[in-house]
Amino acid sequence: MSLNIIVLAKQVPDTRNVGKDAMKEDGTINRAALPAIFNPEDLNALEQALRLKDTHPGSKVTILTMGLPRAAEIIREAIFRGADAGIVLTDRALGGADTLATSYSLAQAVKKFGKYDIILGGRQAIDGDTAQVGPQIAEKLGLPQVTYAEEIISVNNGKVTIKRRLEHGVETVVAPLPCVVTVNGSAAECRPRNAKRVMKYKYAASTSEVANLSDIAKARIQANPELNIAEWSAAFVNADPDQIGLPGSPTKVKAIENVVFTAKESRRLDNDDNQIEELIKELIANHTIG
Amino acid sequence: MANFYTDNPNLKHHLNHPLMHKIVELRERNFSDAEKFDYAPSNFEDAMDNYEKVLEIVGEICGGKIAENAEGVDHQGASCADGRAFYADGTVENLDLCRKAGLMGMAMPRRFGGLNFPITPYIMAAEIVSRADTGFENLWGLQDCAETLYEFGSEEQREKYIPRVCEGETMSMDLTEPDAGSDLQSVMLKASQREDGSWVLNGVKRFITNGDSDIHLVLARSEEGTKDGRGLSMFIYDKRNGGVTVRRIENKMGIKGSPTCELVYKNAPAELCGSRRMGLIKYVMALMNGARLGIAAQSVGVSEIAYREALQYAKERRQFGKAIIEFPAVAEMLAVMKAKLDASRALLYETSRFVDMYKIYEDIARERKLDENERAEMKHYTRLADALTPLAKGLGSEYCNQNAYDCIQIHGGSGFMKDYACERIYRDARITSIYEGTTQLQVVAAIRHVTTGTYRSLIDSYAQIEYPAELAPVANSLKELTALFDNALAKVTDANDPKYLDFMARRLVEMAGDIIMAYLLLQDAKTDSSFCNTALVYAKFAQAEVARHSDFIANFDPAQLSAYGI
Repeated sequence: MSLNIIVLAKQVPDTRNVGKDAMKEDGTINRAALPAIFNPEDLNALEQALRLKDTHPGSKVTILTMGLPRAAEIIREAIFRGADAGIVLTDRALGGADTLATSYSLAQAVKKFGKYDIILGGRQAIDGDTAQVGPQIAEKLGLPQVTYAEEIISVNNGKVTIKRRLEHGVETVVAPLPCVVTVNGSAAECRPRNAKRVMKYKYAASTSEVANLSDIAKARIQANPELNIAEWSAAFVNADPDQIGLPGSPTKVKAIENVVFTAKESRRLDNDDNQIEELIKELIANHTIG
Repeated sequence: MANFYTDNPNLKHHLNHPLMHKIVELRERNFSDAEKFDYAPSNFEDAMDNYEKVLEIVGEICGGKIAENAEGVDHQGASCADGRAFYADGTVENLDLCRKAGLMGMAMPRRFGGLNFPITPYIMAAEIVSRADTGFENLWGLQDCAETLYEFGSEEQREKYIPRVCEGETMSMDLTEPDAGSDLQSVMLKASQREDGSWVLNGVKRFITNGDSDIHLVLARSEEGTKDGRGLSMFIYDKRNGGVTVRRIENKMGIKGSPTCELVYKNAPAELCGSRRMGLIKYVMALMNGARLGIAAQSVGVSEIAYREALQYAKERRQFGKAIIEFPAVAEMLAVMKAKLDASRALLYETSRFVDMYKIYEDIARERKLDENERAEMKHYTRLADALTPLAKGLGSEYCNQNAYDCIQIHGGSGFMKDYACERIYRDARITSIYEGTTQLQVVAAIRHVTTGTYRSLIDSYAQIEYPAELAPVANSLKELTALFDNALAKVTDANDPKYLDFMARRLVEMAGDIIMAYLLLQDAKTDSSFCNTALVYAKFAQAEVARHSDFIANFDPAQLSAYGI
């Protein structure tokens, strides 16, 4: 059985390599100083999608991302690794969205997409770290959701079996299709870019990118429709202007503080087995470890 | 995570050499594949962009997982059980990554599923892989056995085996035996033809790198009663058919992830590859030349990682109130390490370009008759490639050993402990100057290019290039070294004594090599000023080396040979 798979992905600033100039004086992110990358857990989700494609020949993996037009970069990245197509949901009206407005906009895009069997996404993005968008999309689409997924074990007879990684162990659940699955960073790493796919798809471009391309690239795209990355607007996905972007976002950021952790309540132990054993017991008792 | 391609701008510099234009256009036959394959380039810039993008993938995988796995692979090593060899867990993961990234069969034509890369970017990938895990480069690099299969196999054999290599099956070249190491003419493994015309192999092979591979190229004695190289043929053994088991694997000093196998052939079915009796004389020679270039690349990769580890430690380690790199003794070691690294890399890619040129003409000659100019050019580059390959392998592997030694020296006592990567680098480096022909055998291959003047005419062509004024003193000093080389050579050849020439061969080959590498760095500095320093340091080093050899030869009386037991 072939599957129609949607992978939700986000282009995010690389918060893992934060330099001195990462934050502006007003406390907002200085995006210019941080390279834009494929959100790491979305790559884990992509790998799960590609594995489904490997085991279910004829399946199609489509990347859906909301962001600036340059987010087409992560769609190419996904295609280089094995995805089939991509859609950039981009519109000035979508800017400034919180998780509620984002999930509404993406849910509208999914409705526009039509038939699908499973929606995968990373657990959370490294910029906002909310882990809310995936579950909210499931609610808006009226679909079951499986969070903290570590491995999609199988898809059979309209059901998906998933291993979840929880705080104190693993849990295996079965959900009916279609459903929304958010994938943990503990899942398998995404496969590398493939040399032939890179050479084949390097000219893939979205509508707004095409204008700035070389003649060779334009000719290639014209000759091969596979190289078109779709760009969808808010109006195209029938989004209600009041529910998207800033107007649709009840979350208001009041202030951002730079928190510096300092040590307190420090205690000194002697190099003595009894004292160390006491500490271990105490830490187990208060659930710090174990 | 580092990207081992993008963090090293020297690679891009060498990839962009002017000769690449011609190499790419010939290799791509004026880009005629673009209509047949959706991943083929449509012009020169497109092709170069492809090489770079693929090298970025190689750099990412190598700078990430493969480098990360290297220590674990070294500790776990390969193993052997029930007649089979097994890779360390990290090696399995590395191979899987390379397969998924489509980095197997890189230099094979597209019609067999390859990327149709010229040798130069392929060799660059080999250098990068070696920097991450030297032993893994052996397994990955054995894909160039497919080149020999392509050159000498029938179209049916190409269609059967090359796509499998491009999909990620591994290869091995089964040459060495207990009594046939450097002297391959003594190979005894027996190939017998059955009544139906098919062949079976019986006997033992030893020291076979990746000996439990999927597809083997085997050197065997097909002509009963013969004793020399003319009785040997090349065969293809397919593991799917069975008949070969691994008796044991060697417990080695380094490159522990690469299983070195003793193989037992019991009526193993095999296919003859090419013509009978040509196994050693033609095919294995071609195979070895390719493999030697691979070891030259492996050596540069080792030099690179040894230099980087040493540099980083020297910047971090503080003694007497300052970083040890601030002490002239340490700074000089690092500068010379860098000079040797850059020199061997410059020679590696000069060689790979020459190999590209003649191999592409050879391949075109399979499709159509070459015209007179093309034939002359092919001959010219074949000769240069033959001359530079043993030099790049011989001197490059010696330099990487020296750099690995100095890397430990800079680490001091810590370097002697198992805590730092440098001790693994030191052990891994050691084999490079031994396998695929020891340095001494590289000298045997190179010396005729000293006596016949191949190196000398190459040096002449380099000397005629115009160098910028600021490099003039360096360029002039190289002319003086060339004169010393001429005098030394004249003295040795005038004596007309083969033993005396053999005795001085390494010195003469090193002198030629030093001068060639110094000129190559001068050319690099001409187009990229960041090479100026290294060109100067290497020229100073070459000056001292050439003078040392020149003095030895000048002060030596052939009558003194007997003191050396000669």
